[in-house]
Amino acid sequence: MSARSRSLALALVAVVAAGAGCRQDMHDQPRIKAQAASDFWRDHRGARPLVEGTIARGHLREDEYLHTGREMGQFVNAFPFPIDRARMERGRERYNIHCAPCHGATGAGNGMVVQRGYRAAGNFHQDRLRNERLGYFYDVIANGFGAMPAYAEIAVEDRWAIVAYIRALQLSQHARLEDVPASRRAEADKALSGAAPAAAAAH
Amino acid sequence: MAQIFPKSANALAQASIIAAGILAVTAGGALYYLQRSPYVTRQHETREQPIPFSHQHHVGGMGVDCRYCHTAVEKSASAGIPPTKTCMNCHSQIWNDSPTLEPVRQSFRDGKSIVWTKVNDLPDFAYFNHSAHVNKGMGCSTCHGRVDLQPLAWQEHSLQMEWCLECHRNPEKFVRPQDQVFNAAYVTPANQIELGKELVKKYGLKPRTSCSTCHR
Repeated sequence: MSARSRSLALALVAVVAAGAGCRQDMHDQPRIKAQAASDFWRDHRGARPLVEGTIARGHLREDEYLHTGREMGQFVNAFPFPIDRARMERGRERYNIHCAPCHGATGAGNGMVVQRGYRAAGNFHQDRLRNERLGYFYDVIANGFGAMPAYAEIAVEDRWAIVAYIRALQLSQHARLEDVPASRRAEADKALSGAAPAAAAAH
Repeated sequence: MAQIFPKSANALAQASIIAAGILAVTAGGALYYLQRSPYVTRQHETREQPIPFSHQHHVGGMGVDCRYCHTAVEKSASAGIPPTKTCMNCHSQIWNDSPTLEPVRQSFRDGKSIVWTKVNDLPDFAYFNHSAHVNKGMGCSTCHGRVDLQPLAWQEHSLQMEWCLECHRNPEKFVRPQDQVFNAAYVTPANQIELGKELVKKYGLKPRTSCSTCHR
């Protein structure tokens, strides 16, 4: 092979190699990515629905108290685990994500979605709901109630944390100055007196 | 035998060497910028979708948290596209006779998935995990931009490797307080580097830059 034909062959190899670099095979590999489509199945879903009745190891929901908010069929009125500060903050966070759109940030039932025309959401500060047992709220989150759909996407522990936060909201809307620790009463006084003129102006 | 080239042709030969150099640099530069240009990366380009879903309306206007729909973002690699049922949580009663939303209702009735077009599509040879980022002070808008201002979703950044590395090498430039991660309108404070260095220490950030971190 002459030097010229050798260099020509090399150039050809370089062009083919550079051209191959433009193919997208590595970008779009045939494996199935999360929620991606697949032609392998008739419904074209890569994510396969579980066969009915499938329970992953360790996911059997056999704790009636924890998973249904009931004991012997009756709604419970205590938490399945202690509610500490972290749990309450978690409840606040999850409440603001999943519940506030309809129930509003304070739980008055007038969230943005309701303002836009959804059937009025429950007001947590009405007597019926203030007197409801904790398990009831858990059950409504898990299974829905009236126009409210079930929120099964919320993890079990988070549902209980939300219930705790709902209780805190209920307490907050019916709190009195005596409920504030003595050491922080001056702060509350100041906040209240600051709010008073605005409230008066609204009347 | 007479000379073919006059002596002045030397100047031409010298100029051609310089011209070839300039041409090579220009071509290289053009390729460099082309490869990083929105023409190639498809940045800021909206995609055709079965329903013109607006993050601007839902996030910016209604104030819906990212996690209301993208429920898996804190615990898995994929943030998750919500099932049709999530749309119907509100749209069973709101805009429930809108023709635009008919594909949603259709999907809810017959149980067939809505086929969305993926906007932020990393190459399959790059591993990425949402939960690892959002649980360590990396905000949604750092990568996705002001989603609350996007009428139709677009890809905000190049998603090229140098872009990933910019943060993996200097996380203090981008990290934010954990409670601000899902704040789409978060504004980087003036003392970002100072605050960032603190947060890097506090969250124990050690972003890796070895090849196998992402190419595994």
